Amino acid sequence: MRNRFADTFYEIGKVDPRLCIIVADISPAGSMAKFRGDFPRRFINTGVSEQIMIGMAAGMAQRGLRPFAYTIATFTLYRPFEMVRDDLCYQNLPVTIVGIGGGVTYSPLGATHYAQEDVSIACSIPNMSVIAPCDPSETEAATRWCAQQQIGPVYLRLGKAGEPIISNDAKTPWTFGELRVLREGSDVCILSYGPITKRAFEVSDRFADCGQSAAVVSVHTLKPLDKPAITDILARFAHVVVIEECAPNGSLSMRVKELAWESRAMCRLDTFTLRDEFIHCYGSHDDLLAKHGLSTATICDHLCIP
Amino acid sequence: MLTAPSFMNAYDISAARGRCRRYRRRILDISQQVTALHIAPAFSCLEITDVIYHGMMRQYVDGSYRDVFIMSKGHGCMIQYVILEDKDILSSKDLDLYCKPGGRLGAHPDCETPGIVASTGSLGHGLGMAAGQAYAENLKGADTRIYCVLSDGEFQEGSTWEAMLMAANLRLDNLIAFMDYNDFNSLERISERQRAFYPLVPKAEAFGWESVEVDGHDEEAILQAVLGRYGGRPLLVVCRTVKGKGVSYMENVPIWHYRSPSKEEYHQGIKELSEGAA
Repeated sequence: MRNRFADTFYEIGKVDPRLCIIVADISPAGSMAKFRGDFPRRFINTGVSEQIMIGMAAGMAQRGLRPFAYTIATFTLYRPFEMVRDDLCYQNLPVTIVGIGGGVTYSPLGATHYAQEDVSIACSIPNMSVIAPCDPSETEAATRWCAQQQIGPVYLRLGKAGEPIISNDAKTPWTFGELRVLREGSDVCILSYGPITKRAFEVSDRFADCGQSAAVVSVHTLKPLDKPAITDILARFAHVVVIEECAPNGSLSMRVKELAWESRAMCRLDTFTLRDEFIHCYGSHDDLLAKHGLSTATICDHLCIP
Repeated sequence: MLTAPSFMNAYDISAARGRCRRYRRRILDISQQVTALHIAPAFSCLEITDVIYHGMMRQYVDGSYRDVFIMSKGHGCMIQYVILEDKDILSSKDLDLYCKPGGRLGAHPDCETPGIVASTGSLGHGLGMAAGQAYAENLKGADTRIYCVLSDGEFQEGSTWEAMLMAANLRLDNLIAFMDYNDFNSLERISERQRAFYPLVPKAEAFGWESVEVDGHDEEAILQAVLGRYGGRPLLVVCRTVKGKGVSYMENVPIWHYRSPSKEEYHQGIKELSEGAA
């Protein structure tokens, strides 16, 4: 995802001189290095200083530029939180914060590097839009949108590298603020976002093995949430499942439950989030997700899929 | 009258002194409409802000500003409001409705208010935004200067030092910062409790800035500090000031950080400011 982001940013940056990128000591791989080489003054490295990364991005946006602030997800939001809230959101500036390694992507690095509450936190700030693409294709579309939008600050939550493309079968293009059906289905609907959406496909396959047709929907825009479409899904499907790589408090799961209550939905609703815990496990990303109860096997057990 | 180089305006010192007395009286008048406001922190940076607006900020013929002012110490905004009123950017009604229902001016500046470019109030944010603005203007090749007033307390925020480093790394010579060095946090004197806070000018220089210390109530000294700079780097003018300057019972007394004077105190303040004119 980060490579597709960098490729896309380079393509847009070539033609739009307002685009700048401010990083806080993260290596400019791939096209980002090319961007730095071609446009050295529009690539700024603040070093290990995230508060000034956000503060400068705000100031640059105030003077008409389109800055992207880019580093590991925890350091884009948590360390400079008040700059994100006051400088970007309070002043409603069109700055894109790109968080690499959303959720528990950086599994060997420990909880200091887990952005397991990033979506909850970002969604809680007024004026902030939150986007979490499921794969490189959605990353490209989202990056293009971020570079053009006039609405205000955006938190663009990415994984790292090597995520498979899983949105090729979608019949509709990526549109900010709208759910996107990645796989059609009629019995069950699985809502997901970010790289863990591939888990939703695995669960959908297991449903299919036992004769149930399970749709997979990308909720790539967490804020503003496409509430009418989710309410419609809660009414149309007998069984709705949410799978996400985010802490439970303030998660999509909570918000879907809220919508289910408000719309008096009658469907079965199962939600799977990260646990509200710091888990000390330093294996692979999948190992850590499993500890959080997010392995395909555990999810299928809970759903009573044989 | 000081003659003005291309980046400054003509500035009449004796007119400035009368104007600053008038600004202080106006702030005292407003204090009688509300139970609390930041008088003393506005009085300490009053001459600094006057010099910036009247002596340094260049305006286009349509009145809009070519240069940028950021009140990083948002609690000093009363003086900014009063100057913006003087320049007809805010109305008298705006100031009469300060912190009142239906008004649009609060105790900290809001970027949705005419004449205010950055919302501040939480300390340690202004210099970072100012650095971003200065860099953007350099990138565009524009001749725009960014003036930023910070409290000394803001230099206790780590974020301010991150901004100091980056502004120096990027050689932002169009960024000019003023430290309102009144030596008071809202609780107590900095020099009594925070010895490692000093020295100030060498610290700024060690961070790659040009820096000079002046009397922050001496308009001419403030102007000369900017006129006499070497350039090529950002400039920090450390302005020695008195918190509550101009009204004897407020000077260096912490409770006046955020309090309105009683009727008697108000009259005494007005009297002192009028005597100062004699």
